[in-house]
Amino acid sequence: MTGPRPAGRPRRAAALTLLGLAAVGLLPIAVHRDDVLNLAFLFLLSVALAESWNVLAGLAGQVNLGHAAFFGLGALVARTLWIAGIPIAAAMAAGTAVAAAAGLVLGVAAFRLRGAYFAIGTLALAEVLRLYVGNVLPEISTLPAAAIAGYRLTARLYAALALALATVAVVDALARTRLGLGMQAVREDESAAEAAGVGTLAVKLQAVAISTGLAGLAGGVFGYYHISYYPQHPFSPAWTFDALLITFIGGVGTVHGPVLGALFYVVLKEWVAVRWVDFHLLIFGILFMAIVLLLPGGIVEAAGRLRRLAGRAAE
Amino acid sequence: MTLLLQQLVLGVLLGGLYGLAAAGLSLVFGVLKVLNVAHGELIMVGGYAAFWLATLGGVDPFLALAAVVPLAALLGLVLYGSLFGFVVRFGEETRIKNSLLVGFGLALTLHALAVRLWTADERSIPTGYGGRAVALGGVVVPAGRLLSLAVAFALIALAHAFLARTRWGHAIRATAEDWEAASLQGIDVRRAYLLAFAIGTGLAGAAGCLVAVGYSVSPAIGLEWTLKALIVVVLAGLGSLFGTFVGGLVLGVAEAASALVFGGAYREVVGLLLFFCVLLTRPQGLFGKA
Repeated sequence: MTGPRPAGRPRRAAALTLLGLAAVGLLPIAVHRDDVLNLAFLFLLSVALAESWNVLAGLAGQVNLGHAAFFGLGALVARTLWIAGIPIAAAMAAGTAVAAAAGLVLGVAAFRLRGAYFAIGTLALAEVLRLYVGNVLPEISTLPAAAIAGYRLTARLYAALALALATVAVVDALARTRLGLGMQAVREDESAAEAAGVGTLAVKLQAVAISTGLAGLAGGVFGYYHISYYPQHPFSPAWTFDALLITFIGGVGTVHGPVLGALFYVVLKEWVAVRWVDFHLLIFGILFMAIVLLLPGGIVEAAGRLRRLAGRAAE
Repeated sequence: MTLLLQQLVLGVLLGGLYGLAAAGLSLVFGVLKVLNVAHGELIMVGGYAAFWLATLGGVDPFLALAAVVPLAALLGLVLYGSLFGFVVRFGEETRIKNSLLVGFGLALTLHALAVRLWTADERSIPTGYGGRAVALGGVVVPAGRLLSLAVAFALIALAHAFLARTRWGHAIRATAEDWEAASLQGIDVRRAYLLAFAIGTGLAGAAGCLVAVGYSVSPAIGLEWTLKALIVVVLAGLGSLFGTFVGGLVLGVAEAASALVFGGAYREVVGLLLFFCVLLTRPQGLFGKA
């Protein structure tokens, strides 16, 4: 997380990204295979998870090592309310609000101080919630029979599509608005931002509320998608790692990077999983460390370098 | 009353290990300004090393310390050379952020590797004396864990003496204080970093051995121990290894007391609450410098 980020052509890239994502919505018309549609769902959910992490880390420069806490809270609240008979949209909104509130509480305590406190707090929150939920709700959560009978995969796919489009649109809007510019100022140099009149605490708190709220919404879609899962599962650190890895593969702090990263990750993960069972975590862990140390701008930076090289060669 | 005392004694015994687990993390954070969130995974690897020595070689886990600590320090040298040595080249804020990211990646990698090598099962080392207990009034003190507490304290005292008495210890402390000034005084800052990191991983390896004796080791314990160590570091503050040890005891006792009062499910929550309290009231920690 350092150095200049490639400016590229951000407006056109964002528009193309939104168009490309929207095209996934045509998939159910052309393809009727459930495995393909499930993979598309996973891709869209990964986009949302990574973009939501990107808001706080990429734009505002604050590392969240417990993103799964907010994803899990959103899933838990939305799923519980939905099964209790509340309309799914309202249930997801409640999950979003709870996740954002948890993020704000942690932010209020940790953001007054600089350094690693916020990262430690998020890591602690995620692990404590994972253990706690595992203790209190050890039983698998399964949809009622009526809901299973009415289950349509395409409805889930469109929910995930709306979610992914919304997260990309939020990051795109933030990259240009006053709030987003304030976040980037905090990321580059917090003291200088403060001196320049940016209310750094307020900016960081808004960033954490947006980021964790979107993670909660993604959790709601996860809870809506699965027929049965252990309530502890969405709190697993693997979800946090997915968000970090995808954002860094694509390009942290960019609008379209996490979308490219999600595409790369979902496809490669499938490819690896088919060949070597259970090896993908090992491979992706090493890949992640290599990207952070050697290519911190991800695919977007690599593409920018290649373009500049090609431009120089053409001259 | 006996039940309360019994729980508190068990809390102290576990808390000593929290202190040892946090000591290495605190040293590395204080000196390198690098927060290695894979510290718990290093403890886990140390635990498996002791487990291997015990099951394959029949080595007593306390004797295994003599082999595991140097091996863990060696692993530290490798990790510093391949990962964290690159991170320390950045300025302070970027350094912490990048170390968090690299550490998180390392934690996941070591976890995945451990599942491949040792499966996800829980393991512990049976010893002849582990089952024995010392009875004090109505309170039962397991002998293995009591010995572990003594060893943990001795290792912390040893590390403290090294930092306070030796030439290289002074160099490490000077680097922690102000690396630029230390560098101007002719101290090889990179070597001080390397040494502090190796001591930190060595202490993690030692903690792993003790965890394997009194408790159990599985690939999943890494994150849990990282979490305890982080909370102890925040609780105790930086700058004093004995302060870190006491911080560990405080966490152990607080967990035991909360489990007794609110039930076992809330045991993990108390650490998070302590973290919040310290953040809001005394962010430099109980024993840290303001």
